[in-house]
Amino acid sequence: MNIIVCIKRVPQTAEADVKIDSTGKDIIKDRLAFDMNESDSYALEEAILLKEKFGGTVTVVSLGYPETEDTLRIALAKGGDSAIRIKAEDFDEIDGYKTAVILSSVIRGLPYDLILTGCMATDDYYSMVGQTLAELLDIPHASLVTKLDITNNKAQVYRELEGGLLEHLEVNLPALVTVQTGINTPRFASLIAIRRAASKEIKIVGKSDISKDIISNATLEELFYPPVGKRAEILTGSIDEVVTKLATIIKEKGLI
Amino acid sequence: MNFDLTPEQKMLQDQVRKFAEAELAPVAAEIDKTGQFPWENIKKCAKQGLLGIVVPEKYGGSGLDFVSLAIAIEEISRVCATTGVIVAVNNSLVTYPILTFGTEEQKQKYLPLLCSGAKIGAIGITEPNAGSDVAGMETTARLEGDYYILNGTKRFITNGTEAGIYVVFAYTNKELKHKGISAFIVERGTEGFSLGKHEDLMGIRASGNCELIFEDCKVPKENLLGKEGEGFKICMNTLDVSRVDIGAQAVGIAQAAFEAALKYSKERRAFGQPLCEFEMIQSMLAEMATQIHAARLMVYYAGFCKDKGMPRFSKESAMAKYFAATMAVDVTRKAVQIHGGYGYTKDYPVERFYRDAKILEIYEGTSEIQKIVIARELIK
Repeated sequence: MNIIVCIKRVPQTAEADVKIDSTGKDIIKDRLAFDMNESDSYALEEAILLKEKFGGTVTVVSLGYPETEDTLRIALAKGGDSAIRIKAEDFDEIDGYKTAVILSSVIRGLPYDLILTGCMATDDYYSMVGQTLAELLDIPHASLVTKLDITNNKAQVYRELEGGLLEHLEVNLPALVTVQTGINTPRFASLIAIRRAASKEIKIVGKSDISKDIISNATLEELFYPPVGKRAEILTGSIDEVVTKLATIIKEKGLI
Repeated sequence: MNFDLTPEQKMLQDQVRKFAEAELAPVAAEIDKTGQFPWENIKKCAKQGLLGIVVPEKYGGSGLDFVSLAIAIEEISRVCATTGVIVAVNNSLVTYPILTFGTEEQKQKYLPLLCSGAKIGAIGITEPNAGSDVAGMETTARLEGDYYILNGTKRFITNGTEAGIYVVFAYTNKELKHKGISAFIVERGTEGFSLGKHEDLMGIRASGNCELIFEDCKVPKENLLGKEGEGFKICMNTLDVSRVDIGAQAVGIAQAAFEAALKYSKERRAFGQPLCEFEMIQSMLAEMATQIHAARLMVYYAGFCKDKGMPRFSKESAMAKYFAATMAVDVTRKAVQIHGGYGYTKDYPVERFYRDAKILEIYEGTSEIQKIVIARELIK
């Protein structure tokens, strides 16, 4: 089974003090740490588990800047067989749609039975690359998958729905699956694997290798901080006074 | 001149940090409290290849360099100093001398066991009456037929309660003074070998520190490490390497204390503003960050000297260990100070960091001994 995993290197913004840059369309990234997008790391682990079960290869692909090679190399150390970086520096204003088009151009030339991506990237939350990529490649897809198995050359896909329901889909291969966090426990690369991965070659692909002109129908206009809501109220006074006011509000709103 | 880590070292730093935060950090306070040797941690470290970092793959190790070893010990110690020292001892005080001075048979027999975590290693140098004064040791070994008969007591032995393989130093000829010391590989369960007092330590509390007692202990003569009389050389050569790792442990502990202090200083408010807005707190934070940065560079440089193939790098490793140990005690003290009363409680981890740091100035050569090593290198 040949599996392609699409990963993205993203800034770690969960606990950071995020500031908008002078263009108004991006954040200041100088002081932020970067890492593999969380759900992508689960997609990678799922691919490696499938490879360990069924054999085959895992190819890791990322559209990113040169630093992305560090992330790709860790993917190799965890069990990836080969890695491709598509040069982000060759493209302007990359969004989810453009990413999917660029990825599809590169992936079309590769052998695969299954493509795995994370369910969404934590930097832009578009949650569209996987599905769009599947459409562009004209293969079926399933999203937000929490369990995956392969039987009879078909993907057995499980999805969690609201209300405690589980959905089981059988999807013909080749297919694309976007993976939810928690589907497995991503491994840490062992030191031996790190040493072996350090000398592996990462293939670099540029704009000249992408045949299509890409026009996105949605453009990013502005990033901004939401205005402070008028309904927010800061309680002041001694601890006893604040607690009394808070308890009154909770009771008045019927929250308990 | 290049200060960048190699791609391999960067990956190792990233993965060991994540591994340590996910797998070791959650139990660090608990093992400090109970003093229970963290076997689960050690098994996990073994799986990652952290128990034989510089040992070649053919003996079950990871085949990396000494800077990588230092980075790994730093990252483990950043979340759990106890696990840091257990792993450091196994790497630099046990697998390293066996790899460097052992026969092919010894390497094949013992290194895979030590790298896989099937056995953990310990080293017996210190004695009740001989710490810094290594040549003052009283343990003896006399050859009788196919065995060396060991008699004596070793004290303050990290990993002692749990180890399966011990590197032990003893006099085979007292008249030759330090040139009469020899090294032996002693297996747990060897006739005449038993464990003594289990120490109740101030810090690194779960590191299985105890006495080793040898009473007519029969060690097969093929377990002599190196040649008779080479023990002191093996010991000093090994300490050159291990001091880099103790420096790395110091950097890791200090880094953890600094991160905790920085976070607390941003969250805690006094006199209407966060602590970090006060210049005296800023002064401490600036000093701490600078001290850690300097120590880290010295530690990595000492590892680099070893990787570069310098036959002896005693001065560089002693400088790194001395500076980093002093630094860690000072930085962890400042971290407690920034936390104020809360820092003195077990609700915050900085009191543990402070207790863990103190041993760095004592074991594997006190700071005073390090200064003697440095000075002797300067004036010779």
